[in-house]
Amino acid sequence: MEKVLQTNILESEAIYIFREVVAQFEKPVLLFSGGKDSITLVRLAQKAFYPAKIPFPLMHIDTGHNFPETIEFRDRLVKKLGLELIVRNVQDNIDAGKVTEETGKYASRNMLQTETLLDAIEEFGFDACIGGARRDEEKARAKERIFSVRDDFGQWDEKNQRPEVFDMLNGKINLGQNVRVFPISNWTELDVWSYIEKEQIEIPSIYFAHTRATFLRDGLIWSADDEVVYREEDEEIEERVIRFRTVGDMSCTAAVLSDAYDIASVVQEIRQSTISERGARIDDKRSEAAMEKRKQQGYF
Amino acid sequence: MDVLKIATAGSVDDGKSTLIGRILYDTHSLTDDKLEAIERNSKRKGFDYLDFSLATDGLVAEREQGITIDVAHIYFSTQNRSYIIADTPGHVEYTRNMVTGASTSQVAIILIDARKGVIEQTARHFYINNLLRVKDIVFAVNKMDLVDYSEEKYLALFDEIQALVSKTTYKEQNITCIPVSALQGDNVVQKSQNMKWYTGKTLIQHLEQIQPQDVYEEAQTRFPIQTVIRPKTEDYHDFRGYAGKLYGGDLSVGDEVTILPSGTQSTIKEIFFYDQQFEKAGRGSSLTLTLTDDVNVSRGDMIVKTNEQPSVEKELSATICWMDKKPLRANTKYSLQHGVHNVLAKIVDVETIEEANFSEKTATDSQLQLNEIGAIQLKLSKPLFFDSYEKNKYNGGFILIDLQTNKTAGVGFIK
Repeated sequence: MEKVLQTNILESEAIYIFREVVAQFEKPVLLFSGGKDSITLVRLAQKAFYPAKIPFPLMHIDTGHNFPETIEFRDRLVKKLGLELIVRNVQDNIDAGKVTEETGKYASRNMLQTETLLDAIEEFGFDACIGGARRDEEKARAKERIFSVRDDFGQWDEKNQRPEVFDMLNGKINLGQNVRVFPISNWTELDVWSYIEKEQIEIPSIYFAHTRATFLRDGLIWSADDEVVYREEDEEIEERVIRFRTVGDMSCTAAVLSDAYDIASVVQEIRQSTISERGARIDDKRSEAAMEKRKQQGYF
Repeated sequence: MDVLKIATAGSVDDGKSTLIGRILYDTHSLTDDKLEAIERNSKRKGFDYLDFSLATDGLVAEREQGITIDVAHIYFSTQNRSYIIADTPGHVEYTRNMVTGASTSQVAIILIDARKGVIEQTARHFYINNLLRVKDIVFAVNKMDLVDYSEEKYLALFDEIQALVSKTTYKEQNITCIPVSALQGDNVVQKSQNMKWYTGKTLIQHLEQIQPQDVYEEAQTRFPIQTVIRPKTEDYHDFRGYAGKLYGGDLSVGDEVTILPSGTQSTIKEIFFYDQQFEKAGRGSSLTLTLTDDVNVSRGDMIVKTNEQPSVEKELSATICWMDKKPLRANTKYSLQHGVHNVLAKIVDVETIEEANFSEKTATDSQLQLNEIGAIQLKLSKPLFFDSYEKNKYNGGFILIDLQTNKTAGVGFIK
């Protein structure tokens, strides 16, 4: 019997990173949004520590504007795997008057997540926050290290990053600093989808084609199902068959027309797409440097 | 799918980011929205051509100054395979970022401005790629459009490149030269109509025929322990799994192994990946294994085949590339990270400084400045189990970490 383990370079690298996090940090946490990237992270973490359980909790920074399908999915996954889930709500900071909600046509709670995240890091004393960001998503993300050091204000010092040579990860930090860790840095959107297909990982239903009441704005398709998404009177509601490529805050995540009802058709659709994944994220379109500015302020 | 990892190098303004933008554009890897953004911003800057560097210079400071400061990782694919390009900075003061990009790459594309020829920065980057033992080097002689696509000019440059290459001691390296114009698209993806005298491959054709490999080349098997897995559940009450990534060679069930530093001998009992068991695993795999004997193994220890032992010493000589503003001085202490193992290291001596042109000089004041490369002697608090970098890339590399700031201050290559 000769059974040889076939190496998947990207998977092997991600597992290596997870194990370094657990070995080098005292209090890691996995930031879980309910999106496909963080769901993929959970599977990779399972693989890294099997047959032991995932040795850190998940944390969801809930904007209160999530797709209900995502929240339902999140709770089911956590229960199935017996994981600890921490939820911190952006709404609490708004109610306490710590942050002010944006208003108007493009209002979003995306920016407000940062404050809640930083509060939670301080509350629990997390020294490593594991996230599903990928370098192919956006050009400021393309510059980020796998272990990305943040100061006590959560700020990213983009001009002074630690060199990361070979696969040696330096997780030594000073008091007050913490590290953001990106195990799937080198994966592309297609890599993630292909992996979900191969591993038969369950994902929320909004990633697949479904009929939804929608309206058009700026050439993008928006969900009209929920009052969270601001709609002007002259923006007409129409039923369309759509799916979501990312599942961020509902108020800034647009849909795409699609007839991809299963994972194989989603993979096929991504292969042929001429629009980038974040092309449907209005939060990135605010300016050329939108992502970099948010990261400097402690955004994921 | 295969992934080929590439790093760019070359002096500032040699057109690295433009070349990458051109590759993305000509392989149809830029999505419509990204292309529109480049068109919009090129126009805003008053250019009458598409400024492809806007696709990769992701930081505000980079776009303001029109230079690359830090490594950007760019992803694209052809019918054949996927590529990751580390677009690295050309400025001397960002050499450390260039080393970062090159350390994980199998191929380096070194750009040369056809008008300027081989300059100090070309030699420095070639030297660093030699030091890192990057297997394939492509010299892309860029801006051929600005020298009238002259064959004579290219041949003269070709001789300059040969003169540089002849200085290397790493003779197994594959070296290729290609005349290109990144701006106009000659010989990048499309064959040049302006340089019919060039009968070789285009850049992409050349890259397509390189076989992707683990950057840690084949060598003796090294299995450093990252963490010990002890589930302590009913089903796995006595399970002790050693988790890590396999480097250099393979491991099979039944292999006789030695655990370092203790020197204890045992045998591989089981190899796991997730919920499956295997008889054999190859290099590059992250796995968990168990041993037939109940031995004391912890993070930082290393499992090797008993007939393939590394050196175990408390003293080292190494070449080091210095990456910190605070100079490296003799008689200072650093934390030395060797893979997943940390020891304290004292710098005994800084002997020589390597010059970009492959010569060296004595370090008179026994120190190395930021971005300098030199030969040093180290003394360690505990024995290290290592190979020379030449013999085993994984087990011959290390980083030095500043004890006060915790920053990665240098990268070393054991002699």
